[in-house]
Amino acid sequence: MEQNNNNAEQAQQFAPGDFKNSSPVRWCPGCGDHAILNTLHKAMAALGVPPHMTAVISGIGCSSRLPYYMNTYGFHTIHGRAAAISTGFKVANPEMTVWQISGDGDGLAIGGNHFIHACRRNIDINILLFNNKIYGLTKGQYSPTSARGFVSKSSPYGTTEDPFIPAELVFGARGNFFGRSIDVELATSVEVMTAAARHKGTSVVEILQNCVIFNNGIHNPITDRAVRADKTIHLRHGEKMLFGKNNEKGLVQDGFLLKAVTIGEDGYTLDDVLVHDAHTPSNFLHQQLAMMDGDSLPLAVGVIRDVESPTYNDGVTEQVAAVRAKKGFKTLRDMILAGETWEVK
Amino acid sequence: MLEKTNVKVLDKVVVRFSGDSGDGMQLAGNIFTNVSAGVGNQVSTFPDYPAEIRAPQGSLSGVSGFQVSVGKGVHTPGDRCDVLIAMNPAALKQNIRFLKPGGVIIVDIDSFTEADMKKALYVTDNAFTELGITSQVLEVPVTSMTKAALADSGMDNKSVLKCRNIFALGLVCWLFDRPLAAAEDFLRNKFAKKPAVADANIKVIEAGYNYGHNIHATVSTYRIESDDPKPGIYTDINGNTATAWGLILASEKSGLPLFLGSYPITPATDILHELAKRKDLGVKAIQMEDEIAGVCSAIGASFAGNLAVTSTSGPGLALKSEGIGLAVIAELPLVVIDVQRGGPSTGLPTKTEQTDLMQALYGRNGESPVVVVAPASPTDCFTMAFEACRIAVEHMTPVILLSDAFIGNGASAWRIPDDDDFPEIKPNRVPRELCESGEWKPYMRDAQTLVRYWATPGTEGLQHRLGGLEKDAVTSAISTDPVNHEKMVQTRREKVARVADDIPLLEVAGDKDADTILVGWGGTYGHLLTAAGELNAQGVPTAFAQFRYINPLPKNALDVLKGYKNIIVAELNTGMFADYLQAKLPGKDIRRINKIQGQPFLVAEVVEGVKNILNNK
Repeated sequence: MEQNNNNAEQAQQFAPGDFKNSSPVRWCPGCGDHAILNTLHKAMAALGVPPHMTAVISGIGCSSRLPYYMNTYGFHTIHGRAAAISTGFKVANPEMTVWQISGDGDGLAIGGNHFIHACRRNIDINILLFNNKIYGLTKGQYSPTSARGFVSKSSPYGTTEDPFIPAELVFGARGNFFGRSIDVELATSVEVMTAAARHKGTSVVEILQNCVIFNNGIHNPITDRAVRADKTIHLRHGEKMLFGKNNEKGLVQDGFLLKAVTIGEDGYTLDDVLVHDAHTPSNFLHQQLAMMDGDSLPLAVGVIRDVESPTYNDGVTEQVAAVRAKKGFKTLRDMILAGETWEVK
Repeated sequence: MLEKTNVKVLDKVVVRFSGDSGDGMQLAGNIFTNVSAGVGNQVSTFPDYPAEIRAPQGSLSGVSGFQVSVGKGVHTPGDRCDVLIAMNPAALKQNIRFLKPGGVIIVDIDSFTEADMKKALYVTDNAFTELGITSQVLEVPVTSMTKAALADSGMDNKSVLKCRNIFALGLVCWLFDRPLAAAEDFLRNKFAKKPAVADANIKVIEAGYNYGHNIHATVSTYRIESDDPKPGIYTDINGNTATAWGLILASEKSGLPLFLGSYPITPATDILHELAKRKDLGVKAIQMEDEIAGVCSAIGASFAGNLAVTSTSGPGLALKSEGIGLAVIAELPLVVIDVQRGGPSTGLPTKTEQTDLMQALYGRNGESPVVVVAPASPTDCFTMAFEACRIAVEHMTPVILLSDAFIGNGASAWRIPDDDDFPEIKPNRVPRELCESGEWKPYMRDAQTLVRYWATPGTEGLQHRLGGLEKDAVTSAISTDPVNHEKMVQTRREKVARVADDIPLLEVAGDKDADTILVGWGGTYGHLLTAAGELNAQGVPTAFAQFRYINPLPKNALDVLKGYKNIIVAELNTGMFADYLQAKLPGKDIRRINKIQGQPFLVAEVVEGVKNILNNK
């Protein structure tokens, strides 16, 4: 069978159901993964890339079961290595759209090295990082995103270490796309996932996901409906950074830092509120936005950084084409005969 | 003049170049090898270099050597050398043990000053008496002659001294009657972008050659015999380059793009270097962040439909174990190249050993069979790299290729194969009728070979999910069913076992009717073949078989071995292959010759080893 890469010509319309398969979904009832799976199906339908041109590659963990529930090409691999496997896959078959599914343990602990190098190389894959701040599949150990002092089965007296902030790792590794959503915010998740897929290069989408069994409610101080409007801000490129139930609050520049203000108080007006620019090359402000934690400043969701830069897979493909054209060897034999040889008659 | 006054005719001759690791001994040795191959000699080389890139100049740890045997019937770089070139006292001290009795030593006498002697830890002021040297020593003022030859060149002193190796090479070319024109062509090519350096080197090589003409010393010159090689176009090739090229041919013969995911590690890095250059042939060779990413990127590329390879040495193979297990259960084609070096741990990074056999066979969790093959010589690396790819793709399995530092770095003359010397490689694609009926499942397999069908992502209608979890034999869905697991384990094992139907039978050389068979595997071939030849010449009837297919064994292997009273396995470890065979031949007492010194066998050691075993019976 021939590959069919002409998805543009086909211009097919897909429904979310086209990306689902019939396998029974085996996550715990109430797990945040169910919502993320549904939004991914929706995002894929919105993107219009056919299922056979889509690959979903995961590591190990609860979230990494996701490929089994897709009607795309899928590969449930080994713990921590999904980024490396996705990198090889994309370089080998750059026509495919590649999604990588990882949890905070898979992606940032055992797979931390591959994660940062994927970001650095800017391989064109979309990493969905399900962050529930716990190891669920091994039944409740602290993860690299668990807060200092977190009590778990492997830290009965509380952890004595600081967590990673995923966004900070992405920026430290010179990543060019970072977005964030919350498992239950379906529309935001679809928005961020589709933007991630359209971005050329490594896209990291952190999804705050609730583990109903081992870490139930860990994100509640931010995501609870009663506080969410004040504790989060939905950033959109080109729009004012407003939040609160009635968009009565905003972010303003305060020296080199950000400050949350209420419009009309302390002399602040709407004009003082910053406009989000996700495309500016400098990551200085993006990093500050991504580091807001819902405490004194609202946690940012939406697309925080989305900057075009050359992708690794394009670089490899173009270099191969350029060198081939320059040297003009058709076969191995041509190449060898162009070197040092002698004939025996 | 001693020209032609004392010419010895020899079948083969062994030359060892030695000096500081910055002295260019590898280059001098390579040029001598190329020129000799060009006049029709068989060649076999053994670069023996230190792990340190630049050890302190003049020190014992910084000595770099390059041994080459040229002539007819050459299968090894030789146990000991006829001529030893030592560029300083440290090189002499480290290499004198490699000189044959009656051999000739050429030294750069200018570098035997008190300071040089001190650096090499001599306790007297005469290196030759201190080392008890009775051989003929040619004390050549290499440094001053090189300086004199380049006096008008305008080059600075440092650049001038870099040409000392080429003066020594010129002298050796005279000694062995090598055509200088060929060496000069090589130099012109090597320094094509620096014509002044090329000119200087050519001046110096001529000065070295003429020095040989003009000295008044009693020294033999040699004429070396040649075999009648098979007609064709030849080039000089080392094992690592041959490996890289074998992979490329497999890519051409399978129609699959070649992907290499790798990470630098001695002594395998030259495979990555060569394939990175071969972007000119469409190769996608990428350097990943670690060994694990190397194998994992290759597994991703294999899933994506490429011919996927990762290259490493022993420590890297250890890191890749879990990834190889994934390729086993996902039943994806994957070629893993292990250029073995001395271990355990970092061990002897630049030295050769055969100590990764058990790791290759068994070094994974679970029941995890893979195909293991081992090239026998530098040029056989080409054939076996091709074979590894052919088996991986046609049998949907990881294949580990066990090369080693000796054959990886060693070189010999190689006849460039014709297009039809190697077969087409046919991926086991999903049959059209299964596609069209919609019955296809990812773990459906060919009834005869048990090979599952390979569907390439991007193909409409064949979307499927693979993974490290056990799958149901029928539905290909995740399964924890106990009976199904055992069935799948046995199926994967049997699939690898049936590769035996698709590989050549074991061949026996030497005296096939002897009671005794000498057995080896992989890169020891040249030494063991030569040893078997010597044993037969000395009246000790010996058959000889070298294994290149380790798992599965060739179908006739055990029957062949059962036919011999004495089975002697010689290998560069404590007896891994002997143990492996012993488990399959319970009625036989397999005898062993082992060496674990980071060095290849000497032919004499093997000959002695066989005699000792036979005499002690």
